[in-house]
Amino acid sequence: MNKQSNTYTIIYIIVLVIIVGAALAFTSISLKDRQQANADADKMRQILASVRIEVPDAQVTETYSKYITGSMVVNASGNVDTSAPKAFDISIAAQVKEPADKRLLPVYECKLDDGSLKYILPMYGAGLWGPIWGYVSVDSDGSTVYGAYFAHQGETPGLGAEIEKPHFCQQFYGKRLMLDGKFAPIAVVKKGMPTPDGQDYVDGISGGTITSKGVGSMIDNSLAPYADFLKSLANN
Amino acid sequence: MEKISNKSVFFNPFSKNNPVLVQILGICSVLAVTVKLEPAMVMGLSVIAVLAFSNVIISLLRNTIPTNIRIIVQLVVVAGLVVIVSQLLEAYAYNVSKQLSVFIGLIITNCILMGRLEAFAMANRPWPSFLDGVGNGIGYAIILIIVGFFRELLGSGTLFGFQVVPQCFYDAGYVNNGLMILPPMALIVVACIIWVHRSINKDLQDK
Repeated sequence: MNKQSNTYTIIYIIVLVIIVGAALAFTSISLKDRQQANADADKMRQILASVRIEVPDAQVTETYSKYITGSMVVNASGNVDTSAPKAFDISIAAQVKEPADKRLLPVYECKLDDGSLKYILPMYGAGLWGPIWGYVSVDSDGSTVYGAYFAHQGETPGLGAEIEKPHFCQQFYGKRLMLDGKFAPIAVVKKGMPTPDGQDYVDGISGGTITSKGVGSMIDNSLAPYADFLKSLANN
Repeated sequence: MEKISNKSVFFNPFSKNNPVLVQILGICSVLAVTVKLEPAMVMGLSVIAVLAFSNVIISLLRNTIPTNIRIIVQLVVVAGLVVIVSQLLEAYAYNVSKQLSVFIGLIITNCILMGRLEAFAMANRPWPSFLDGVGNGIGYAIILIIVGFFRELLGSGTLFGFQVVPQCFYDAGYVNNGLMILPPMALIVVACIIWVHRSINKDLQDK
């Protein structure tokens, strides 16, 4: 048999690709459940981090079901959307690309040990090198931030990547999202510079300007559609 | 061709013919994954596994592979194995796979792999090819672990995530070296290792 002939070459590569393809498909299908469980647990850990709860990986699912008492999906006018899929399954990355009035807005309810109720809102935006995302928890007055969690895919270590560190996240504690009944996104500014619009602000990261700006616009873009929902919390 | 013993096939890549120190291959991932010891170790193990199995598979196929598409065949085998390793990590070591992110996928382009497949597995039987793959993988992993050790110790004061620099050092004014976390220090650490290695092995020095 001539191993250098075109027919042999073509048949050889077709057979090889089919075998490799089948092996990959098999691996993917057999590991899918485990991978999904890991991804879900990681998301739960991030949601818990936004209400200042940190637990070892093994206890995440348990702690999540203890503190996160419910979840819902609201629309831009602040009403609960009952036909929407489960809040946990909604991809924020896809939702932030929609116009504000068409978005599905997930809200998680969290009941802490002291009985206080917090509402957790997800965020998604762009940093310098890739996506950044996070969760912010709001008191039942619909304005005061209780905790915040930020994460990134590949921001520069020591610069933009500092957004995931506690010293950055903790700046958000007690800041207000609503001023005089209007949505006022918390701004991320250069240290010592007051914001022009008078809204609450935190210090950005020196050397991580684009990531800091990304956090600012992520808060604005992701949370603005929640304005009516937050208002309705304040009125209750 | 001179017959090489299995023993030297396995042990040569540790030092005398180390893929990173002597052939200067695979530097890219050395920069990227050695900030902490744990991802460095997982990356090393992943490369050992992929290299060993791809070497064996290519060695088994070596007499059937049409010469004009041999590189494509090697790539398909390596890419398939890398995707499987990456899926396994995602299922069983999720945090580490998050830290390694794209670099597991980039094992495909690691020059050590294509180099060993083309230079060794295409011409040798499966068992020596397996030893060659494991040997070169270990040679690569050793360097990753040494670099990771120094970068994590000096950059974060920890090893495998455990604090090893005692708190009293910090109280006395000791500060972690932030530069160690950045990629340039990986190059400098690798260069220092090569320096030490060359000083010990005089026969490797350029005349």
